[in-house]
Amino acid sequence: MKKTNASATSATALANPSRRGFIVGSAAAAGGLSLGFHLPGSAAPAAKASVTEVNAWVVVKSDESVVIRVARSEMGQGTHTGLAQLVTEELECDWKRVGIEQVTAGQNLARNRVWGEMSTGGSRGIRISNTYVRQGGAAARIMLLQAAANEWNVPVGEISVDKGVVTHAASKRKTTYGKLAVAASKITPPDVKSIKLKSPQDWKVAGKPVKRLDTANKLNGSKVYSIDLKLPGMLYAAVKACPVYGGTLKSFDGDKVLNLPGVKRAVQVSPSAVAVVADTWWRAKKALDALPIEWDEGPNASVSSAMIDARLKEGLAASGAYANRNEGDALKAIEGAVKKIEAVYSTPFLAHATMEPSNATALVTANKVEVWLPTQNAEASLAAASEESGLPLSQCEIYKHDLGGGFGRRGGDQDYTRQAVAIAKQFAGTPVKMIWSREEDMQHDFYRPISQCKLSAGLDANNKLVGLHIKVSGQSINARVNPAAAKGGNDDRQLQGFWSAAGDAQFGYAVPNLLVEYAMRNTHVPVGPWRGVNTNQNAVYSECFMDEVAKAAGTDPLEFRRALMAKYPKHLAVLNAAAEKGDWGKPLQPGRFRGIAQFMGYASYSAAVAEVSVNAKGEVKVHRMTLATNCGHAVNPQQIAAQVEGGVAYGLSATFYGECTVDKGRVVQSNFHDYQILKLAEMPHVDTVVVPTFDFWGGVGEPTICVVAPSVLNAIFAATGKPVRTLPLKNQKLV
Amino acid sequence: MAKLNINGKAHDVQVEADTPLLWTLREQVGLTGTKYGCGVAQCGACSVHINGQLTRSCSMPVSAVKPGDKVLTIEGISRNNSHPVQQAWAELDVPQCGYCQSGQIMAAVALLKKTPKPTDQQIDEAMTNICRCGTYQRIRAGVHRAAEIASGRTAKPAAKPTAKSA
Ligand code: FES
Ligand code: FES
Repeated sequence: MKKTNASATSATALANPSRRGFIVGSAAAAGGLSLGFHLPGSAAPAAKASVTEVNAWVVVKSDESVVIRVARSEMGQGTHTGLAQLVTEELECDWKRVGIEQVTAGQNLARNRVWGEMSTGGSRGIRISNTYVRQGGAAARIMLLQAAANEWNVPVGEISVDKGVVTHAASKRKTTYGKLAVAASKITPPDVKSIKLKSPQDWKVAGKPVKRLDTANKLNGSKVYSIDLKLPGMLYAAVKACPVYGGTLKSFDGDKVLNLPGVKRAVQVSPSAVAVVADTWWRAKKALDALPIEWDEGPNASVSSAMIDARLKEGLAASGAYANRNEGDALKAIEGAVKKIEAVYSTPFLAHATMEPSNATALVTANKVEVWLPTQNAEASLAAASEESGLPLSQCEIYKHDLGGGFGRRGGDQDYTRQAVAIAKQFAGTPVKMIWSREEDMQHDFYRPISQCKLSAGLDANNKLVGLHIKVSGQSINARVNPAAAKGGNDDRQLQGFWSAAGDAQFGYAVPNLLVEYAMRNTHVPVGPWRGVNTNQNAVYSECFMDEVAKAAGTDPLEFRRALMAKYPKHLAVLNAAAEKGDWGKPLQPGRFRGIAQFMGYASYSAAVAEVSVNAKGEVKVHRMTLATNCGHAVNPQQIAAQVEGGVAYGLSATFYGECTVDKGRVVQSNFHDYQILKLAEMPHVDTVVVPTFDFWGGVGEPTICVVAPSVLNAIFAATGKPVRTLPLKNQKLV
Repeated sequence: MAKLNINGKAHDVQVEADTPLLWTLREQVGLTGTKYGCGVAQCGACSVHINGQLTRSCSMPVSAVKPGDKVLTIEGISRNNSHPVQQAWAELDVPQCGYCQSGQIMAAVALLKKTPKPTDQQIDEAMTNICRCGTYQRIRAGVHRAAEIASGRTAKPAAKPTAKSA
């Protein structure tokens, strides 16, 4: 398929021309559709501008606007704008006329995954797809210029383009992309291998701090998140799953709520969940609250945080842990050291708490399943819809809405998608929107894994670090999501940030004798990736301990680190950038103290300096934070700053308040009153220092979070003289 | 059955008396700019103004709203993003996911009405909504900038909303 036009709307749309239309994608809303990516019920819009697909990534309209297709999900991290910048850069179109359009999982499948993977996690949106999206833009440019060359009968090498205006200087002829698009779409695409991408030094749109493309409708209430979707005849579902993980639904008495206003009926959703379906969500929720439900809480109904804590402690003490690194003889070196330092750190389970709670709308008919939802991985959603409905993938479709937050919650785990399909299946032909209450969302998450870490270090007579032993005991994400990668407890992912290989999550210190171990100790609480995943916990462990060791050595924490980092110049450069911009070593206001930390994850290098004070009551105020990052190429510096600022808030929420505890097998915290989130008044001033070296592609959304907690904890250590080894801070008595 | 005046328009809604104003707005009136975040007056995503008072609509039953009360939602601030707060938010690229921003904007508009030139401390006290994306630094800057725009100092041209993201 090369070219489509406004008449190429979906079959569903044509089948229901009278239903009120709703169009996905801002470009489509501006008039005209390219692939007909819109919801069922959309009538074919009156075509104002004709629309031509030049290639899968680039659609050009006769009014000279350009639609760039994106496969990755937008959850606030700015990836849509960044990807559009990269395509625009190669396409040489006018940035002011660029819009974006989301591809659906079904379209991607139908076109042999021409848009590649859709998964948006691990800070991969740009770093993994930059090459092929730029090639997509370049290929479209080559075809458009060739179309001009053909029309004018001149060599293509004599043709230039600027902002979508194509010029043949010798003959003073000009035309535009809008006029060339149809002819260009018929030209054989260039061989990808022949495409030469621009050097970042020549970038004009990429690399610049341009504004996001997706702000306007977030300012006036008109942006339609999945939770806002309205379809004709839609019903609403409120759902409750067994509060104890691993428990099941024994029975429920649906008759008891049938007479409540608006209620259709109560239905079983899965072996462990029940829903009430009504004509509004609020009525469904009220009826669900009134629904008599009996659970079989299963074997985990007595598990408590204290039991989990004991299990992790046992893991720290036990032999037989998996050694990810074993260089020299760390135990012997520490044993024979002049000074020995030892500490045990711990970090709790954490919920994602996306601002938009889990929700999805599904419409199931005999031969089709459609789901509208916030998802970080539309293809995983497609697979879930297919499995749950029993229909083949080709008869399923996923319409992504931009997410009201993702943070790892809405990736591979499509529990909410399955639930929505399971409910809608029982109301065939009627769209059903399922929304989780905040309580349901907080108590049925895939939590950041709990862990503890025992660290031991030895210093020689010159206060040099001669041995380091890091032993993490805790839950494995892979044990649930990718058991092959956690076989026998040999799970490298839980040691993220301590790895030796260059390129990603590399430990930035050279220690002559180093042992890094993992003791897998799983619980029944489901865990998953949480923005930054295991770099968060591991950075707290190693970076706070580093300060304890530096103190024992009588050395400034920055100097102590520098001495170990000569072999890691990129880590060191970012640490130095943070130290310099964060005024490390410079005089402070009375009562203020600084802490520093560096770590690596998602192929990017991060460091932070925090400036805090601790008052007589032991209350901590973070005044200022300076974060430095080298993400290789910086596609949009102001959006990188936004991600860093947001990461500071996310990281500080976890540092101060974040904790999910377990009692009677269930998560205790249920809403923002007992799972507190940082507020504006507590937000420090953040300075972001972007120091790209332009020789690799690193992530942005996650990497900097992990240095937030340790830099703050190290500043507290500087203030009080006592290391903080257990998070969150709200449980600690600091003075 | 309730009579509501929302953004200057009268609405008759069929709804149980204990239904929160939030869900009445979203499900009966069809104004979905006001968001559900917690349902327990903790996050502010559902913020509206009632007779000029900033109110968390998830925790206000519709029966407590009198027919003469003027309810203002995000949709009533301006559809074309011309309000100084919207202008400032656009200029500084405040939103990330955007989900909390209706509530943040309602809180900022209420603050600036009472306090046209707020100090940082006044912003700290007034802006208590949760933003999980952590846009607080830009919200603070946005409130200051909106105060400037409102007082006629438009040194930096405010970004106009364009079709790109309409
Ligand atoms: S939804 Fe009303 S305050 Fe959170
Ligand atoms: S912008 Fe996402 S929650 Fe505030």
